Amino acid sequence: MTLTVGWYMGLAAVLFSIGAAGVLMRRNALVMFMSVELMLNSVNLTFIAAGKELGLVEGQVAALFVMVVAAAEVTVGLAILVAVFRRRATANVDALSELKG
Amino acid sequence: MIEVIVFAIFAAVALAGAITMISARNPVYSALGLLTTMFAMAVFYVLLDAHFVAAVQILVYAGAVMTLFLFVIMMIGVDKKEDTAESIPFQRVITFVVALGLGVVIILAGQTAWVTGGAAFGSGDLVGSIETVADSLFGNWTIAFLSTVFLLTIAAVGTIALALFGPAAAPEPETEEPA
Repeated sequence: MTLTVGWYMGLAAVLFSIGAAGVLMRRNALVMFMSVELMLNSVNLTFIAAGKELGLVEGQVAALFVMVVAAAEVTVGLAILVAVFRRRATANVDALSELKG
Repeated sequence: MIEVIVFAIFAAVALAGAITMISARNPVYSALGLLTTMFAMAVFYVLLDAHFVAAVQILVYAGAVMTLFLFVIMMIGVDKKEDTAESIPFQRVITFVVALGLGVVIILAGQTAWVTGGAAFGSGDLVGSIETVADSLFGNWTIAFLSTVFLLTIAAVGTIALALFGPAAAPEPETEEPA
């Protein structure tokens, strides 16, 4: 029994689904951010697995770029979260309904 | 064979970490679950011969991103347990169904040649050392790399701007609005 790239793809799909479930289910904005991070990571895994399979180093380069974008997203997102918390004293997205129609 | 065993063990670890992350009540446990998953991911990268990306994964995610997460969690409310009452009816059930359907669709789509391209496989001697990655990164993809430099600079400036010009320290914790 050998390990094929399909296993990594399947695992990444499952992890991506778990991350999507986290975004849909949780209402703590921090945990939602973490779920997005998990989804980005699972996509990184597919990039690297596909790059290995095709013999291209571009898979790893794409993963590095995803990491950079994720780092930028986390910085700005957490800054927004802290700014919201300073004003509203909550990180619960259900409480942030001021634009609700 | 040894690869299969390592993959099985760390797949279980990654899944356990991910499920801990979305199910733990306390955000700190969520962060530690995500950290576990990140480490398991680094093991997968090593299995796939992406050694440099594995090192970057540990340094950037486990080192920087999760530290930032934990810092913010500690700052804004480790003690606030999320209420688990569902504000949308059947939220958990719907979430479960949607996520399951999403996973099934991704796996099914991945099995068609339309997505994977059906190319000839098998040059398994690619090793992602710093040299090979850097050759590609600073050769073909220099423009993209420079764009990420701008992206990171803008993100850093935006973060500082949010902290400097954000709401002046305001919060008397408001009285809870009637739900």
